[in-house]
Amino acid sequence: MKKILVLFSHPKFEKSRVNQALINHITGKEKVTIHDLYEEYPDFHIDVVREKELLSQHDIIIWHHPFYWYSCPPLMKQWMDMVLEFNWAYGPEGNALQNKTCLNVITTGGSREVYCSEGYNSFTIRQFLRPFEQTAILCGMTYFPPFAVMGTHTLSDEDLNDYKKNYGKLIDLLQADLSINDFDNKSFLNDIPQLKAT
Amino acid sequence: MTGSILFEAIVFLAGAIICVSIAKRLGLSSVIGYLLAGVLIGPYVLGFIGEEGQDILHFAEFGVVVMLFLIGLEIEPKNFWNMRKTIVGMGGIQVGGTMLLSYILFAALGFDWKVALVISMAVALSSTAIALQTIKEKGLMNTTFGASSFSILLFQDIIVIFMLGFIPLLANSEHKTSTKNHSEHANLLENLPVGLQTLAIILSVVLIIVAGRYLIVPMLRKVAKTGVRELLIAAALLIVFGISFLMEYVGISPALGAFLGGVVLSNSEFKHELESTLEPFKNLLLGLFFMAVGASINFIVIAKSPLTIGGILLAIIVLKAVVLFITGHIFKLKLDQKLLLTFSLAQIGEFAFVLLSFAFGLNILEQEQMDMMLVITALSMSITPIISMINERLILPKIGTKESIKRPMDHIAKSQKIILVGFGHFGSTIGRFLRSHGVEATILDHDSNRVDFLRKMGFEVYYGDATRLDLLESAGIAEAKIIICATNKLSVSKAISKIVKEKYPHVEFMIRTKNRYDAYELLNLGHQNIYRESLETSLTLAKDVLSKMGFRKYTLTRQVQNFIKYDEDSLRRLASEPKREDDYIFKAKKELEQQEKFLNEDFKRGVVDYDNHWDSEHIRKALENPNTKK
Repeated sequence: MKKILVLFSHPKFEKSRVNQALINHITGKEKVTIHDLYEEYPDFHIDVVREKELLSQHDIIIWHHPFYWYSCPPLMKQWMDMVLEFNWAYGPEGNALQNKTCLNVITTGGSREVYCSEGYNSFTIRQFLRPFEQTAILCGMTYFPPFAVMGTHTLSDEDLNDYKKNYGKLIDLLQADLSINDFDNKSFLNDIPQLKAT
Repeated sequence: MTGSILFEAIVFLAGAIICVSIAKRLGLSSVIGYLLAGVLIGPYVLGFIGEEGQDILHFAEFGVVVMLFLIGLEIEPKNFWNMRKTIVGMGGIQVGGTMLLSYILFAALGFDWKVALVISMAVALSSTAIALQTIKEKGLMNTTFGASSFSILLFQDIIVIFMLGFIPLLANSEHKTSTKNHSEHANLLENLPVGLQTLAIILSVVLIIVAGRYLIVPMLRKVAKTGVRELLIAAALLIVFGISFLMEYVGISPALGAFLGGVVLSNSEFKHELESTLEPFKNLLLGLFFMAVGASINFIVIAKSPLTIGGILLAIIVLKAVVLFITGHIFKLKLDQKLLLTFSLAQIGEFAFVLLSFAFGLNILEQEQMDMMLVITALSMSITPIISMINERLILPKIGTKESIKRPMDHIAKSQKIILVGFGHFGSTIGRFLRSHGVEATILDHDSNRVDFLRKMGFEVYYGDATRLDLLESAGIAEAKIIICATNKLSVSKAISKIVKEKYPHVEFMIRTKNRYDAYELLNLGHQNIYRESLETSLTLAKDVLSKMGFRKYTLTRQVQNFIKYDEDSLRRLASEPKREDDYIFKAKKELEQQEKFLNEDFKRGVVDYDNHWDSEHIRKALENPNTKK
């Protein structure tokens, strides 16, 4: 059973209906560490040593965050700047993250339809997530497609319920060793058959 | 039965131990215990102590001198200067008013005008020993009432110089020759003209100030270097003895001189050492003083004319109380502070012994008159602690600032109760911020002016001594989640933690501390949430200095964060190291050693290398030399 580290960052978690539902649903799962960055480092002073230790103790890293201005909240980026050190995460001797798995779990206000060349956001989620993808690749990690909860402004309680259950199921699948071949070139983990079935 | 010094010592010590512990057990002030012990061992009850009571009284007055020295140590020169208006204003009104009224009283009783004048002078003075000891014991020194009492007493200390100078002018010329024989206050300047006397007094005050800076402090440094603790005790006593001697020599009250000496030394690094060294002497001497007062109550004189003495005693106390109440009123004290002031200073003080026997020596007073007034003085000193107690137990709870008032609790206070002890500058900031989040802390404070103001602002406030378990319980400690000790007094925080941890171990403590030494003590008591007021503010300032010198602000901010973390770690590391307790004595030296250690560690830690984030130079270097590790 693989160990999962959820690096969760949300500057106003107490006001986020969707993220509360998602986080609460996966809290307490076996071998899942939820690491609430804004609660741990309210002053942006990240304890690099501790973060490195956490990373090395886990097999799968999830960057779980709302999608702000087509990217992550600033503390998440601060975390990347500080923790993914040269010659540790990358560089000639940087192999600490080698062969781990990494993915984004995001929530967006806009629906999936507006994230395409014809939509008003012009680009797809996968295009916007390229920096994350390449970061993972540079660190020698396998990057999985994102799990995205989209159109949160108009999301009904029933739909949110489905999303959170799927998030839980995804965690189970990841822990049971989901492989890249299972994706079938899907852009989102939401679309893989194991989750679609329900 | 008397005679042997050892025997007397045994009598005094045993009397003190028995009576004071009984008084304390009954919740009374220790002053009452000492006074009772004095009455018991005095010539009229058990008779262990005879006429020598008077001599002991004079000796023990030295306790008052030491006390004033210690109070001086706590008042920095600037604060003393700020108090000048209260000292002159309140003191002037109190002394003037009391003298006027008591002069009228004694003149009306048919005393000669000179006698009435001398007695009114004696009556105007209150007992520094009793009043201040009681105030300090209750920890009320920082309240409006404490400061007012202190101001008045200080003014009396100053005015007594003039009284002692004035009384000889009342003496009939034919008795002048006898002055020398009787007066024990003969001093160097007696025969000098008034102008020169004043000059000498000013000179000696200047001498104290200059000597404090340029003689005493260097001397103490030398003494501290020897590393012999008892030398420091000797030095501390020498300072107080020396100042007293000088003051008596020029005819000023030694207590006043000692106070000035204390103020001068309050800025020196030896402040705490002097305090801890002299404190036990002061307490013992004051105890002795109170016992001597008790022993000097002449019950034969009382038995002769109990009604007259009782009547005059009552009249004087009422008269002094009225004047004090009016004084408090003029200076806009609140009702309960006024009452505290009124009852704590309504006695005739120890200066009366001096003035009266001085006037007797000049043949202004007759033996009978002096005996009567001495008895009244001693009685009034013995009664005031009792009156004060009645005031506090029976009157104050009904009027003025009540210990608590009922008000509906808001929901957060109900489910997650926070108790905030101390609402000074530090505590009020905490309270305001909590309130801005809708969290209403229950506040405990012992300044009634502040308490009333806070209640007006809608806070739930309990008034009184936060180290009393019953007050904490009525404030709801049983349901509390967190107690915040925002007082800067370590002793208060420790006392609270002791009584609360025993009975309500679930309550979490968050404690403000002055410095790392206090923090060590608290860490060793098992506390974790310790907030040093000297840490973050000073780093913020240092950060701003570096920023003005051109360092970038964000880097500095991160360095400050590192520094705090590092310092907190080292604090916890050092706290667990064994330490010699009460090692006050060479604290200054130790502090320097520790600072040196910190600075060395800082140096080893390096300055800039520690933070190489967003700095590509080390990457460039590493890529140039792929074989060397960073």
